[in-house]
Amino acid sequence: MLSLTGVEKRFGRRHDEVQALAPVDLVIDDDEIVALVGPSGCGKTTLLRILAGLTEPSAGTVHIDGHPLWEGGVVQRDAAREVALVFQEANLLPWLSVEANVAFPLRLRGVRRAERLARARELCAVTGIAGFERRRPSQLSIGMRQRAAIARGLIESPGVLLLDEPFAALDAILREAMNLELQRVWMERPTTCVVVTHSITEAVFLADRVVTLTPRPGRVAGITRVPFERPRPLEIEHTQKFQDLVLEVRSLLGGTA
Amino acid sequence: MKERLLALAVGLATLAVVVLGWKLYVEHFDVSKFVLPPPEDVAQAFGELVTDDRTWEGARITTIEIVAGFLLASVVGVVVGTLLAEVPLLDRALTPYVIALQVLPKVAIIPLLIVWFGFGLSSKIVIAATFACFPILVGTRAGIRAVDPGHHDLLAVLRARRWQRVGFVHLPAALPSILTGMEVGIVLATIGTIVAEYLTANEGLGYLAYQYYNLLQVDTLFAAVALLSLLGFLLHGAVRLLRRLVVPWHASVDVGASTL
Repeated sequence: MLSLTGVEKRFGRRHDEVQALAPVDLVIDDDEIVALVGPSGCGKTTLLRILAGLTEPSAGTVHIDGHPLWEGGVVQRDAAREVALVFQEANLLPWLSVEANVAFPLRLRGVRRAERLARARELCAVTGIAGFERRRPSQLSIGMRQRAAIARGLIESPGVLLLDEPFAALDAILREAMNLELQRVWMERPTTCVVVTHSITEAVFLADRVVTLTPRPGRVAGITRVPFERPRPLEIEHTQKFQDLVLEVRSLLGGTA
Repeated sequence: MKERLLALAVGLATLAVVVLGWKLYVEHFDVSKFVLPPPEDVAQAFGELVTDDRTWEGARITTIEIVAGFLLASVVGVVVGTLLAEVPLLDRALTPYVIALQVLPKVAIIPLLIVWFGFGLSSKIVIAATFACFPILVGTRAGIRAVDPGHHDLLAVLRARRWQRVGFVHLPAALPSILTGMEVGIVLATIGTIVAEYLTANEGLGYLAYQYYNLLQVDTLFAAVALLSLLGFLLHGAVRLLRRLVVPWHASVDVGASTL
């Protein structure tokens, strides 16, 4: 379980301080997918970076399975290891093969080469890039690279998988396919997911709950529960119920999106 | 392939034009052989030079000096460059000195290094290293500083330890830039070694060239200089080859970015 209590973030010094994130309270259940949507600059990426242990919150606490993530301004290593982050850009290391990139987190933990590559190949199969393990990232399409990044995110079996606009660089058709793929991967390896996206449709399609943030300073404007069973087919987007949910999120965003 | 052949043809044609112009100039103005010997004399002297055992012994010594100096410079350059890039305090404290040393004309300190390290091989190695060190150091520092911010984020999320960041990401990412420094470095090491041999030595190809100068064997001197430049060319080519082997993933390999 991932719980946020009064998490806020201010940037800058006292006189020209910017409040990026108003106090946010949120509890995310195990194996739940939560989508964060909000207008540009509402602090959704900041919130994700706080959860990833990259940005220190100005106030409030984050607990992962009851363990604090931040304590006295320092990231708690054990809690942080439960979290993986998939970036908007795949951020693969260009000198490593795809499988070595996927295995990279295990290399940092000192796992033996044969063992970590075996794990990496297994995850390449899960994320649908089997057959491309020996290629270099530059030889892959953007969608393939993002699959590799997801495989790398999953390799340590994290308790929480954070995705920062993972498909923002993809065209609309590929994006839909990747949403289906993400759903398939999640059904194979259920894990708590927090997805930041600026697409309301994507948010409703992927999430169990859509958390809508207000313009800066971001606070929770509302939470929309999405009751559809999984696997959800793409056609679900054309149902009245889906459209109603999209409208609900859009009205929460107000005229700002 | 067709373009390569064409480039080769243009290159050879340029050489032919230069040699022809040289020959015509010498003939037409009746230039003294002690000033500019005709190309055929130089060619003959070159033939004699490469069949002389002393030449190959000299080339062997000079190559050892250049390569040893270059390797020493690579180790020092990469280590110091890494320290400067990784430790901001060191960078702030030491970079002024590094720049001061870099702008210092290295030729001016050759006599000093000879006083310290003697007339033999070791002083030449140190001099070659002094010449080659700075571009490698600067290349390392710049390469590490240019590490993709996304990769820094990745390392932060994965809680990589300091040595892992440097060893697994910073240095591999900096390799193209380090190799660019090395390409400049090997050329400077060659220059430094030859200047040092001209100034004071009793062996080496530069020393032999200087002997021919003293004997006023200008055609052989020309041939020796050609041989020296060939040596530099081969060493530079070796470093370029190293780039292909070490960073095949990097765009600079395809572009064949020349640093000269």
